[in-house]
Amino acid sequence: MAKLRQCAIYGKGGIGKSTTTQNLVAALAEAGKKVMIVGCDPKADSTRLILHSKAQTTVMHLAAEAGSVEDLELEDVLSVGFGGVKCVESGGPEPGVGCAGRGVITAINFLEEEGAYDDELDFVFYDVLGDVVCGGFAMPIRENKAQEIYIVCSGEMMAMYAANNIAKGIVKYANSGGVRLGGLICNSRNTDREDELIEALAKAMGTQMIHFVPRDNAVQHAEIRRMTVIEYDPTHKQADQYRQLAQKVLNNTMLVIPTPIEMEQLEDLLMEFGIMEAEDESIVGKTAADLAA
Amino acid sequence: MQTADNIKPCYPLFRDDDYKKNLAEKRVQFEEGHGPDKVFETFMWTTSKEYQDLNFKREALTVDPAKACQPLGAVLCASGFHKTLPYVHGSQGCVAYFRTYFNRHFKEPCSCVSDSMTEDAAVFGGQKNMFDGLENAKAIYKPDMIAVSTTCMAEVIGDDLNAFINNAKKAGHVPDDYPVPFAHTPSFVGSHTTGWDNMEEGILKYFTLNTMEGKKPGNKQTINLVPGFETYLGNYRVVKRMLTEMGVGYTMLSDPTDVFDTPADGEFRMYAGGTTMDEIKDAPNAITTVMLQPYQLEKTKKFVENTWNHEVPKLEIPMGVEWTDNFLMKVSELTGKPIPASLELERGRCMDLISDSHAWLHGKKFALYGDPDFVMGMVKILLEVGAEPTHILSHNGNKRWGKAVQKLLDSSPFGVNGKVYVGNDLWHMRSLCFTDKPDFLIGNSYGKYIQRDTRYKGEAFEVPLIRIGFPIFDRHHQHRATTLGYEGMMTVVTQLTNAVLEQLDKETIGMGTTDYNFDLVR
Repeated sequence: MAKLRQCAIYGKGGIGKSTTTQNLVAALAEAGKKVMIVGCDPKADSTRLILHSKAQTTVMHLAAEAGSVEDLELEDVLSVGFGGVKCVESGGPEPGVGCAGRGVITAINFLEEEGAYDDELDFVFYDVLGDVVCGGFAMPIRENKAQEIYIVCSGEMMAMYAANNIAKGIVKYANSGGVRLGGLICNSRNTDREDELIEALAKAMGTQMIHFVPRDNAVQHAEIRRMTVIEYDPTHKQADQYRQLAQKVLNNTMLVIPTPIEMEQLEDLLMEFGIMEAEDESIVGKTAADLAA
Repeated sequence: MQTADNIKPCYPLFRDDDYKKNLAEKRVQFEEGHGPDKVFETFMWTTSKEYQDLNFKREALTVDPAKACQPLGAVLCASGFHKTLPYVHGSQGCVAYFRTYFNRHFKEPCSCVSDSMTEDAAVFGGQKNMFDGLENAKAIYKPDMIAVSTTCMAEVIGDDLNAFINNAKKAGHVPDDYPVPFAHTPSFVGSHTTGWDNMEEGILKYFTLNTMEGKKPGNKQTINLVPGFETYLGNYRVVKRMLTEMGVGYTMLSDPTDVFDTPADGEFRMYAGGTTMDEIKDAPNAITTVMLQPYQLEKTKKFVENTWNHEVPKLEIPMGVEWTDNFLMKVSELTGKPIPASLELERGRCMDLISDSHAWLHGKKFALYGDPDFVMGMVKILLEVGAEPTHILSHNGNKRWGKAVQKLLDSSPFGVNGKVYVGNDLWHMRSLCFTDKPDFLIGNSYGKYIQRDTRYKGEAFEVPLIRIGFPIFDRHHQHRATTLGYEGMMTVVTQLTNAVLEQLDKETIGMGTTDYNFDLVR
């Protein structure tokens, strides 16, 4: 039996992490792999396409109901969906109260202690909230957890900026532990020369663009039915895209410590691809009245 | 071996041969320690100037802090109000620590509750704990007021006390008009003195901020006193006594003298004495408010100035003769009441005591540490009796305080050898006691480890500890003593002088060697 591979998916909020992760996981499941998804986001929307549910009942929600985490059992929090994929959501507080990062830590500790990562599993995927705002959201890449990280991005400035920032975070953990960047997954927004741009960014960061997922309405059609494309329409060409991504992840050997780039380098890259225009330093800090004068 | 008819505590039990053998074997078999030579060599190195230089370059580590955390102060402050239950929003262990700290110092029970936040509360926020906690605490312990402070856990996740308490009232867990003042007291900011100040401000604010109509300074010919983090019960009593002798009405805004000094008459008192709510509500009508420990009461001072419109007089802590004079003269000036003959007599006795003892204290070197105001006052006392403060350390002092101490040192020829250390810990003090040995060390119980360490180097290096400060765990009933006023001056000078004489006896007790000076009369 192959060793369990733990992968964490990061990326800017709204970029399509959860959709990409679930489609990728569905493709892996279809290929006969045993997979678990751990949603690390208080919104708890990382498993809905696999479970066909609105939002899975979360570890933290159940813990609060039971009084403490110690009173929970694994079967209370684990649901099985499409292709035998095991699903867990860490959950967390409403915006504005408590500590969501602590929720992730609590949930992952609980899963480990309860032996959720059993020998049967081939993959665990952590789907992590958009911005790594505190230590809790780095929990999935701490020692002995995810060894591989994939960053979902697109050819937009803020998505690339976020990808580079996440890479900076990874470096901190990579230098002391075994966590490595597996590549960028480009979730296309149909911008010009998007694949070239992300490839150039990946190269500059010392990694690869592992796959370019084209934009296709089939994803949305599946999503309103709370399904992955793989399940909704396995013959669709978009399903093949996720199958390709799955194969590339399966066979990925390019696991690196990333070399995040400086802001200026990133801006140069964006300018080269026409996404950003050169700034006119002479107008910075000038009011409309100043400029009129 | 322990035997039933002669039970021994660890000392002397562990000095028995079987225990000695057992401990030695444990060391050899399991501890993997260095040999005694290496240990001694390293110990000697830690006593060197070279080590001290490294020690003072320390950036990220505190060793043996000479301060405690904010909620400890908040609990003391709250305990000084009538029928008030100190309530700490956060984890249970923290509150167990506050209680034991006061238990050990005052040798009294300390009633204080926590709302016991656990893992789910850390994630979802502690509002539910606050709801249940307030309701239960009120039902079970029947306080008239619950004063809420916080532990680090609640602060890190950003729990909003104002919202939580208001929500608890709206949801009917406690009545709308039930007093629940609060203060945010993150332990990773400031120290126990900051926490005291925050809680005091919180309580004063609760009872006066929105009810200032018709209140103004001087409506009543009384003086408010804010004690700050004060653990000498005698200090509350002496200040009250002096004002009573002057015929000045006063309100002590937090007075835990009764609750931490209850009689053994068969009745347990969860609450005893303390400042009443009516007194707090009436406090803005006083002539003004005096901060007895001005360096730790900045928030309270600001509140009193801005909301009560009090002109807070500039006074130092009333320690030593001059600053007690200043305090009394200021009170006299504010109230128009003359200083009575009884206090003049007391001052005269104090001067007499000083002149009787000062020869023994003259030129003696004292290192000292503690809270900023206490250390400031101690330096003043030492200078007044002609002793020399040398290493003057306050872990929770700030730069402004440091400069003020320096100014005080500069005002006296006995201050030339004094050096002020702001924000340093007891491991720094340990280095100083080795490299520039003072005759005595003044501080709380934790200083005994410095005494032990210096003695280990050799008897000539031993720096005896004089226990004045907080906490004092290993001597009894010091908390009932006094350090403020003429009475406090007399107590402190007595303690210092007798420590000097005790040390002299120790040195001159050698039969036929040093006992030519083992004098009966000192």
